Amino acid sequence: MTDFDVVVIGGGPAGMAAALAADAEGARTLIVERDNRLGGILNQCIHAGFGLHYFGEELTGPEYAGRFVERVEKSRAQVALESMVLSLTDDRKVTYLSPEKGLVRINAGAVVLAMGCRERTAGAIALAGTRPAGVYTAGAAQRLCNIEGYLVGKRVVILGSGDIGLIMARRMTLEGAKVARVIELMPYSSGLKRNIVQCLDDFGIPINYAHTVTRIEGSPRMTGLYYAPVDERRRPVMSEEKYEPCDCLLLSVGLIPENDLLAGTEVERDGVTSGAVVDERRMTSVEGIFSCGNVLHVHDLVDNVSREAETAGRHAALYALGESETALHCYDARGERGVRYVLPQKLHADSGKVELFFRVDNVYRSCRIVAESGGRTLYSGRRLVLAPGEMEKIVVDTTGLDAPVTVRLEL
Amino acid sequence: MKTICINCPLGCPIEVTESGGKILVRGNTCKRGHDYGVTEYLRPVRTVTTLVTREDGAVVSVKTSAPVPKDSIFELQRHIKTLRVPLAVKRGDTVERNALGLGADIVVTGVPPVAR
Repeated sequence: MTDFDVVVIGGGPAGMAAALAADAEGARTLIVERDNRLGGILNQCIHAGFGLHYFGEELTGPEYAGRFVERVEKSRAQVALESMVLSLTDDRKVTYLSPEKGLVRINAGAVVLAMGCRERTAGAIALAGTRPAGVYTAGAAQRLCNIEGYLVGKRVVILGSGDIGLIMARRMTLEGAKVARVIELMPYSSGLKRNIVQCLDDFGIPINYAHTVTRIEGSPRMTGLYYAPVDERRRPVMSEEKYEPCDCLLLSVGLIPENDLLAGTEVERDGVTSGAVVDERRMTSVEGIFSCGNVLHVHDLVDNVSREAETAGRHAALYALGESETALHCYDARGERGVRYVLPQKLHADSGKVELFFRVDNVYRSCRIVAESGGRTLYSGRRLVLAPGEMEKIVVDTTGLDAPVTVRLEL
Repeated sequence: MKTICINCPLGCPIEVTESGGKILVRGNTCKRGHDYGVTEYLRPVRTVTTLVTREDGAVVSVKTSAPVPKDSIFELQRHIKTLRVPLAVKRGDTVERNALGLGADIVVTGVPPVAR
C-alpha cells in the first residue's frame, strides 16, 4: 500500500512544477518542503529576468514563484511545510520530520527529487587566511538582505562572477554598500552578459579577470583581503599581490546539487553534474525515483527547470499509476570534444524527439554542434558562440536508435 | 560611448558616437545590436527591483512597473526606502503611483508570511 502515488521532495520551482504535472495525471501527490513557504530560492531572487520563455513575460523571482504557488493551492496536491526529509530508500520509503506530526514514514509510488543545489563555500575552495566574520556565500547574503532585511557589509569584494554574485553587487550597491571590485579566476565571466552590464558597468564596479583572492585578514571582523593575478595554470602570482580593504567578502564560486539523500539509495551519479544519471523521462537508475531541476544539474534559467520538472512529474505519475511504457532498448548519451556532459545520460529508442542539454568546457566562437549515433548524424548545427555559463540544447529524434549517442563540437 | 550588447551570448563590444545629428553604432553584428546601442545612447532605462519595509518590520520586495531612466535609479531607491506598507499588503498591490514623476508605479512582487 502506498500513502501517495508521487512524493516530491522540495517545494521550489522544480518541486512545484513536478507536483502540478503529477497531479494533472491524476496521481495522489505530496510536496515535502523544509521552509515555511513554497517557492524555494526564487523567493529571495527579487530581481527581474525570470519567465521570458515559460510565461512570455519578464517577472521577478517572487512573481514567478507566486504563479506556481497559486496553481499548487488550486490543485489537489498536498503540501507539508517546515518538513525535512531525513531518508529515502530504494523501495521509496520516505521519512520526514514535521512540526505537527513528528517523525513521519510514508510509502511512495514514485519519488521526485527536487531539492535544488547549494553554494560552494570558503572551505570548498580552500580559501587561505583567518576565518573572520564578514565572509558569506552570495546566496546567503542575498537571503539575509532580501528576506531578513540585513545588509551584511559596508565595503564589499565579490569573488567569482557567477550570476548570483553579480546580482548581489547591484543589490548591495543599491542598499548603500560600496562594492570595491569583483575578482574572477577565469579569463571570462561565468555570468550572463546582461548582468555584467547592468550590475557592474552601470554602477562603475571594476572586475579583475584571471585574478584570485590569496588571503583574508581581520579578527573578529574582516578588515581586508589580498588578491593577485593567476598564471596559465591558475596559480596566483604572489609577487603581484595587492591589498583591498573591505569588511565583507561574498563568494559566488559555483553551485553543487544537494544530493545527500541519495546516500541511502543505489541511484547512480554523474561525476560531472554531481546529480543523478537519468533517462529522457528523468528517471534515475533506481526504478520509480526521478530527479529534476538544480538537484539534477545546475540550470541558468528557471524556465528550463519548470519544463524539466514537468517531464519528471508526469512520468513519475505514469510510473506510479502503472501506465508507464517500458521501452526495451536504452543507450548512453555522452559528450565528447568540448562537451562536458549531456543530459539525459540515457536514451530509450523510439521515445520520440528528445531535448539534449549540455555545457561546453570553454568559450568557442563559430563552431558546429554534432550529435551522432552509430555513424548516423542525429543533429548538426552551427553556433556563433558557445560559453560554459550558458546551457545549450539540441533536439534529436530517437526513432530507430540502436547505438550510443555522442555530442561534440567541430571547430 | 562604449558598452557591451546584452541581446545574446555573443556580447559584441559596441561603440556609439554622434556626428551631425546622426547616431553611429560600431562593433555590432546584427540589427538588434544597433537598436540596443541607439537606446543605450539616447535614453538608457532599467527596471528597478528593491525592498520596502512592512509595518511589522519585515521586508517586502517591489519593482517599478516600467523601466525608469538609468540616472534616476539612486534617487528612486532613496525614495522607495522611505515608503511603508501595511500588514495586509499582497503581491501585485501598487505601493505608489508614478513615483517621483518617472512614469512608473511601485508594485509589490513578493510578501513573506506574517509571523503567527
